Amino acid sequence: MRTRARRLGGVLLLGLRVHFKMLSRSPFDLWVVVASPLIFATLAHFLFADDRGQKMLVAALASGVMGIWSSTTASGAGALQMQRRLGVLELLVASPMPFWSVLLPISVAISAIGIYSLAVGLVYVRLFFGIAITIHSWAAFAVAVPATIGAIGSLGFLFASALVRFRSASMVGNLFEWPVWMLCGLLIPVSVLPGWLQPVSWVFAPTWGMAALRNATLGTGHPWADIGMCAALAAVYLVAGALSLRLFLDAARARATLSLAS
Amino acid sequence: MAVIEALDLCRTYRTTTGVLRRKRLEIEAVRGISFAVEEGELFGLLGPNGAGKTTTIKMLITLLLPSSGAARVLGLDVVADATELRQRIGYVFGGDRGLYERLSAHDNLRYFAELYGVAGKEQRRRIDEVLELVGLKGRERERVEGYSRGMRQRLHIARGILHDPQVVFLDEPTIGVDPVGARELRDTIGNLVASGKTVLLTTHYMFEADALCDRIAIIANGVIVGHGTPAELKASVGQGGVTEIEVFGVDDPIVERIRAIDGVTAVTVEEREQAQMLVVQTAFARELTQPVLAELNGVQVGRVTSREPTLEDAYVALVTTP
Repeated sequence: MRTRARRLGGVLLLGLRVHFKMLSRSPFDLWVVVASPLIFATLAHFLFADDRGQKMLVAALASGVMGIWSSTTASGAGALQMQRRLGVLELLVASPMPFWSVLLPISVAISAIGIYSLAVGLVYVRLFFGIAITIHSWAAFAVAVPATIGAIGSLGFLFASALVRFRSASMVGNLFEWPVWMLCGLLIPVSVLPGWLQPVSWVFAPTWGMAALRNATLGTGHPWADIGMCAALAAVYLVAGALSLRLFLDAARARATLSLAS
Repeated sequence: MAVIEALDLCRTYRTTTGVLRRKRLEIEAVRGISFAVEEGELFGLLGPNGAGKTTTIKMLITLLLPSSGAARVLGLDVVADATELRQRIGYVFGGDRGLYERLSAHDNLRYFAELYGVAGKEQRRRIDEVLELVGLKGRERERVEGYSRGMRQRLHIARGILHDPQVVFLDEPTIGVDPVGARELRDTIGNLVASGKTVLLTTHYMFEADALCDRIAIIANGVIVGHGTPAELKASVGQGGVTEIEVFGVDDPIVERIRAIDGVTAVTVEEREQAQMLVVQTAFARELTQPVLAELNGVQVGRVTSREPTLEDAYVALVTTP
């Protein structure tokens, strides 16, 4: 038998691959992540008529992060309900692996399909608006992309764990879509928010993910510090989510709520 | 040695109704069930909908906590040793759901192989083996959404035995499957037992239980109302027989009067297009056809036949006895 660490690693990686593959075959999920960057990049094109260089590039990046976040709110909060609808939730819970290791890759995969948003946003501004894609630090950018996806996916995991008792969890998740866009510097810079509101934005992973991508691209700020914040926040989300999930599963075994259809 | 043991197992569901005036309800789904399944045995749990079969299985596979009583599978407690036990049992349920439809059968099996700790090098061999066993070899790269119900059900079984569990729980595995597919599934279940696995099966289909099970427990309203081999259960109906009478327009008061005849143990009415089939079971070797026909005075009567009791008759007698 394999060691526990190897088994955990295998479940996390294969889970991510399998669920990413499955979501990539879902027309609805793809529509959410592909259409939104086209709309936002087009709006940015007309808004930033005076500076179509760096601002358009940042807008394309922001539209990518918005896509990652949209996917997380649209599907991530209801990740468990999705497994319930498919009829696999009980099978997953009945497996000998800790359930957090099963749910986490699902949540991260849901966020990871936002990678299509990022790709579509960048290709769109390059092809249709002639914006040069110049990245100041490719190394930081290459790390910032998975760090952003991982941190936002972990936040989706926390949402899924915390909202699992509510059958309309996905609707609750949608409530967070626009406020987080505003709070986290995806539509407007965090610096223009009222002073008392800025600390609120710091607890959301998209703030640091966006900062890491922007700073790695433009050569401003400290992208590696932003990546570190993504990792730190992801760790906090994971611990909180795993604890919440454990409480839920104990209650579900006692109350028989696992197989309830959403 | 008993591989599965249930000792006075109980499960109560608590729920609430109403919005402003919330009312608490308690439903006793399983009320003190005890049974034991020996190694290599195919044990059947039969019962009507809501009898407590699935609740019992879910307690045995660690998905539900018993309200009281105890259960052990392979010597492991279903509450205290849940994680260890999950590694050693397989669970298969019936129906369309329970698979990732947009993925291929191979992807589904690969994922569950990983979840159940089948080593990387062994996965390919094991997946090939179970695909062969359930007759899906050659179709494993197709998406599950294109599979027939019977194929999905066979894939469920393949998934449930991927990690080579010693005990397999099958919860109505042939439900909704066409006759040919159901026969293939029964062959697959038979192969599982032949390969040395212990199987606990729930089903609604009496002929299936009769053909497959070494022993059967019949559950009604959360308690076991009869158990034994299929032959023992049939014999429990008594020395009497079964009379089937084709009738047209029989009503409840008449059925109640027939039920009250001395020697009648059970009466059921099956709807058959324009006609109904009145099935009357008797406990003793008594000729009750005439008294029954007398109660049917005024009702149009068709064919009348008598036969030996079947497992279904035993089941009906046991679950309808107050």
